[in-house]
Amino acid sequence: MTRKIDRSKRSLMAALGATGAAAIGLSFSGSLAGCSPKPAPKDTEVGEGNQLNFYNWDTYIGSNTLAEFKKDTGIEVTINLFATADELFAKFKAGNPGFDVIVPPNEFVTRMSQAGMLMALDHAKIPNIKNIDPSFLNPEFDPGRKFSMPYTWSVLGIGYRKSKVKAVPDSWKYLFESDEYKGRIAVLSESGDLMRLAARYRGHSVNNIPAEMIPALEAMLIKQKPFIKAFHDDNGQDLLLARDVDLVMEYNGDIAQIMSEDPDIDFVVPKEGSLANSDTLCIPAGAARPNNAHAFINYLLDAQVGAAITNQILYPTPNAAAKALMPESYRTNPVIFPSKDTMAKCEFSLFEGPEKARLFEESMTRIRAA
Amino acid sequence: MEQSWKRAKAIFATVLGPPLAWLLLFFLIPLAIVWVYSFGTNVGLTEIAFTGTFSNYARAIEPLYVGIFLKSVGVAGLTTLLCLVVGFPVALAITFAPDRLKAWLILLVMLPFWTNLLIRTYALIAVLRTEGYVNLSLGWLWTHASGLMTIVGLRPLTSFEPLELLYNNFAVVFGLVYVHLPFMVLPLYSALDRLDRSLLEASLDLGAGHVRTMLMVVVPLALPGIASGILITFIPALGAYLTPDLLGGPDSQMIANIIERQFKRANDWPFGAALSFLLMYMTFIAIALQAMLAKRKTEAGS
Repeated sequence: MTRKIDRSKRSLMAALGATGAAAIGLSFSGSLAGCSPKPAPKDTEVGEGNQLNFYNWDTYIGSNTLAEFKKDTGIEVTINLFATADELFAKFKAGNPGFDVIVPPNEFVTRMSQAGMLMALDHAKIPNIKNIDPSFLNPEFDPGRKFSMPYTWSVLGIGYRKSKVKAVPDSWKYLFESDEYKGRIAVLSESGDLMRLAARYRGHSVNNIPAEMIPALEAMLIKQKPFIKAFHDDNGQDLLLARDVDLVMEYNGDIAQIMSEDPDIDFVVPKEGSLANSDTLCIPAGAARPNNAHAFINYLLDAQVGAAITNQILYPTPNAAAKALMPESYRTNPVIFPSKDTMAKCEFSLFEGPEKARLFEESMTRIRAA
Repeated sequence: MEQSWKRAKAIFATVLGPPLAWLLLFFLIPLAIVWVYSFGTNVGLTEIAFTGTFSNYARAIEPLYVGIFLKSVGVAGLTTLLCLVVGFPVALAITFAPDRLKAWLILLVMLPFWTNLLIRTYALIAVLRTEGYVNLSLGWLWTHASGLMTIVGLRPLTSFEPLELLYNNFAVVFGLVYVHLPFMVLPLYSALDRLDRSLLEASLDLGAGHVRTMLMVVVPLALPGIASGILITFIPALGAYLTPDLLGGPDSQMIANIIERQFKRANDWPFGAALSFLLMYMTFIAIALQAMLAKRKTEAGS
């Protein structure tokens, strides 16, 4: 390993040279990997050391999970956090900056695998795949789970303050085409989610929205804009809890977390159906420690470990064995686990190429500028 | 002096070298990369091909984006004006404060400036939100006034409707003024503090009132400070992105928010780069205008 002389002047110059190369359009991975500390390999895994770099969402793992993992395997996990999937993608665009396990949502699994940013998983090294609910094993966004293991799933719906609504707001109409709750609603600022749900409200699938349909959706949202108080960055639960708004487009897990703080809050998946989302565990291409990464993913899919994490983050888990260990209050919570009929009307969003994403984004810019 | 510098070339190079290298490596080269991106095209999901195209700039001057640029200039201009209106009396007050107090007053202006922008913005959210401190205080006063009116036999007031202070353009301008006020006060103060007091006394002795002295003597003399205050308030306000993002409503996007979204959500770096450079050209124009005004003023003076 040449990186042993990391701190010598020569390697500093090499790092600067690498930055210079990156400057002309090559990847930044070389120079950044050079910056990450890398202890001498120990006897456990060949050449990988006892290190692992994990890139996760905030508040998205059990508080003891990493310590327990270290106790079991001796591998020390360094965690870094990202706030949006776009941030994750932008970080990897110029090459893997040194992470071994990442947590992209479904659409980004397709997007990143198409861009060659993900490493194919070796299922033989992940025996705990047997714990996963079989309905999650062959999703359209990653056929055969080639690149990703399911970590959580969630569904978008409407979180609302019970004392402030006349009836359960069980339709997207209240957010998209009604002034009944004007000035008291907030929707996600994410262009893709907003357009897909608007299409779903109009009776179309969340996927394969034809370009000709976008102007009509855009016009509907522009008409609704005066009644919308804020486009939020996935912090809708805070707006609801602080009484800034009474109706908010949000994920069920986020609303479930605040329902224990405020009994006046509830959640409904609108009758038109909705968008489901699933965060996954992946190994990015160029990961320096694939064996440790597989071991870590397998550990997170363990029944006990999964239950401990779920207990804390309260997201729906695709891990059937972990779910069986959870208390009944979780398993039968209609917010966390909407009925089968409801879920039958929910779809995962699919990545349909950069051009579609650009159409959505430009439409969103027009909506906000109108 | 010049002679000795010429002889001490080695020292000169040693002193100048590191900052120059720093500027080149970490400012000019990255900037050049972004500039090259702005003439590029997306290839697939990760690659950017340099094609020398102007299509990114063509797209950036479509009415949609020009409108957003104009709105940003408007918001930044209003912010600068309000900073000037609020900051000038403050700077004047500090100038005429007793020496003992001056340092403390300047510290008061600087103190929020030392706190992280994100924390200050979140603090503003806590102050302005529907159940924030402003609305809670107003609500308390309202109910007590209402109670008082019942006691003296008047009809009680209707129930208190919280003010809409957050998630709109008002909140954005308010937040920007709050954040940029030190940028305005400090150059104004340094200009006003250098002012020759005897000129003010002369003006007052010769019969000009206080207002007239202010407008005809103080303001013209402080003009360089006002100009640089305007410039260093306007430029960062024009590129503001955190404030409109966190405090703004459905229509409060500024050009920096659009740029940020190109680099993240839209994954369109070439277009984001083109927008960034247009923003930078606008900054250069503002600086050039200021330089021109300053030049005209010195010419007029001589």
